[in-house]
Amino acid sequence: MFFFLLLPGAAQADETPSPTPTPSPGVTTTESEPPPSGSYIAVTLIDSSKKGPDGNGVPVPGVLLTVTDDSDTETGSATTDVNGRVFIPIPGNGTYKVTLDKSTLPEGVNLSGSGSTTKTVVVKIQGASFVQFQIGVKEVKGVAFGQKLIDAVVSGIKYGVIVALAALGLSLIFGTTGLTNFSHGEIMTFGGLVTYFANVTLGVPMWLAGVIALVAGGLFGYFQDRILWRPLRHRGTGLIAMMIVSIGLGLFLRSIYQYWFGGSTRTLREYVAQSERDFGPVSIAPKEIAIIVVATVVIAIVCIAIMRTRVGKAMRAVSDNPALAASSGMRVDGVISVVWVLGAALTALSGTLLAINSQVSFLMGFKLLLLVFAAVTLGGLGTVWGALLGSMIIGIMVEIGPLFGVPQSIKDVGALFVLIIVLLVRPQGILGRPERIG
Amino acid sequence: MDIGTILDAGVSSALGTTAIVYALAAIGLNVHFGYTGLLNFGQAGFMIVGAFGLATSVTTYGLPFWVGIAIAFGASVVLALILGFPTLRLRADYLAIVTIAAAEILRLVIGSVEAKDTFGGSNGLNGYAGTFKDLNPYDKGLDIGIASFSRDDLWSITVGWTLVALCCLLVWLLMRSPWGRLLRSIREDEDAVRSLGKNVFAYKMQALVLGGLFGTLAGIFFAVKQSSAVPSDYGTNVTFFAYTALLIGGAARVLGPVVGAMIFWFLMSATRSLFTQLTDDNGWKIPEQLMDATQASLFRFILVGLGLMLLMIFRPQGIFGDRKEIALDAR
Repeated sequence: MFFFLLLPGAAQADETPSPTPTPSPGVTTTESEPPPSGSYIAVTLIDSSKKGPDGNGVPVPGVLLTVTDDSDTETGSATTDVNGRVFIPIPGNGTYKVTLDKSTLPEGVNLSGSGSTTKTVVVKIQGASFVQFQIGVKEVKGVAFGQKLIDAVVSGIKYGVIVALAALGLSLIFGTTGLTNFSHGEIMTFGGLVTYFANVTLGVPMWLAGVIALVAGGLFGYFQDRILWRPLRHRGTGLIAMMIVSIGLGLFLRSIYQYWFGGSTRTLREYVAQSERDFGPVSIAPKEIAIIVVATVVIAIVCIAIMRTRVGKAMRAVSDNPALAASSGMRVDGVISVVWVLGAALTALSGTLLAINSQVSFLMGFKLLLLVFAAVTLGGLGTVWGALLGSMIIGIMVEIGPLFGVPQSIKDVGALFVLIIVLLVRPQGILGRPERIG
Repeated sequence: MDIGTILDAGVSSALGTTAIVYALAAIGLNVHFGYTGLLNFGQAGFMIVGAFGLATSVTTYGLPFWVGIAIAFGASVVLALILGFPTLRLRADYLAIVTIAAAEILRLVIGSVEAKDTFGGSNGLNGYAGTFKDLNPYDKGLDIGIASFSRDDLWSITVGWTLVALCCLLVWLLMRSPWGRLLRSIREDEDAVRSLGKNVFAYKMQALVLGGLFGTLAGIFFAVKQSSAVPSDYGTNVTFFAYTALLIGGAARVLGPVVGAMIFWFLMSATRSLFTQLTDDNGWKIPEQLMDATQASLFRFILVGLGLMLLMIFRPQGIFGDRKEIALDAR
């Protein structure tokens, strides 16, 4: 019986610019030494930054791996064969640590993800246990700083537009209702999950899945407002109370997502891995271009609509002064409904794009929520242009941070620091109106 | 279905160490939100500062246990000042956003690979609680029929509930003093207080520091009772659960957070036990398509979210609170 143990290493390519395909550890094309009898740990080393003739990554031979048990006693060690595989027998079930000797890695090959050289394996059944190390999402050596900067900026723009869609939604809702919605990330996750459901479970093409998620997001926003927020507004519930209600709603929705979707991170059916293509100085995967184009077009349409159409004018009027708008004969509730539909649809779309860019999980939106808040605050709470500007700054800053010494694993932290600095220096944000607040 | 097991789980948990952690955290939130009207969504940040202030001092730098505790409280004051300075002059939601962001910053930085040598990475630190465990005067655990505790837990809950009682006493004394009345009047109408010549910013800052110290105490107790400090234990949900506990008991009441924490953990453990029993193979069973064993332990979190919403909408004063005492209309 084979027991495939895909450790987090496989998913660590998550937020990197080019997600790498996860080669299945069982597939071998060349004959290699047969596995020993009894229990053993099998390690496959695949360099997924290069492509072999079969389309999968290239195996890495000659690397020393050591297995130790939980009392740090060595149970065996071996070097990988031509298929990058090694079998190390173990005495029985238990917890083992697999350590990779970094000095034996070939020149120019590096571990990706967090670069961890050890992995822990819990062996529960007799037979084989597999361990995978992910190698080289991008070759580390030999890339000029300028090139890295361009790549980081492009990737930052991509994150920026994804954040911008959600920030636009948040900002519209905040502008008209005054609600700081802490469950906004869950609308984003909703978009991602609907996309996953349509694309993977129902098997519809990607573009249609995106449209379905957009429509579903709009409906979700409409009913959220209709069932929850509008009655609260009519009861005269204070904004602080509403903020706590939004915390509760966020917790509620997140738990429901986890209940049905599970705690795992999953990938969509299409466009999971695309190789990058060169466009002059920039190399970028087609799906990334698609993400940037779709988001930019949608943002442009929404901005023009807000500036030019009657509904847009009404939105701005309500946002400026709801009481005055109501007394001038405007249906404030109707306008707020439109804002919720629009805001939630935009946010769901950003969830879809995020799902295409990386992966789907029940926490995907919540993880991005603080970046969205940072973007909106930086630009100016409640202003449309501010939300866009703030998002682009945050997106690019987060991506170029690692080039200037910010550790890769905590690159989001920089954006949150900016949030605190902005409040200290210019609390109304870059484009916000200075008003006396408190 | 075995009602005894469910009750045992619930009562053990309501009297146990987890309830103490949340009671202490919620007492801090009560000072912030209940009495002063400050919306601190980052109590987990104060807790992680407590846990790692102690753990890092003792395990990484080899300082004595009590010095570690002093460092933890010192770090908590610094954190409160950093958070309060930019936000306390602004509208309530800015403090909410900044505190939740700061709590996440702390958790991510402390759990990061790069800081592994200092904070132990995602596995955290241990081996700092020896001094506390050595003081344990009990020789064996306790089983009182509807609840049972091990020897270590018995010592932890003795110390823990004593701390909770002392904190409640402190809050009671402070809140009936002129200083406490001033905090309440800030919650009711900041501008009125300002017009009387009081420095509202300074009073809010003092409240933020004080409530943060209670949160830090909760974090220290959490880290000490389970002998290991792990960053992922201090996620944002901790803060939200503490809010739920506070709102169940009633904000702006001295015993509100304590009773709230006990009820909250009674319900959490009892519902988990209930749904675990409803999904195992003995007796009546919920169909597997609707709920499997993993989902059984998740279902209560859905209920927490729903409960927090409904509580805030229909009974914001909780069990003991006074509706007039809840700062909900401030903008």
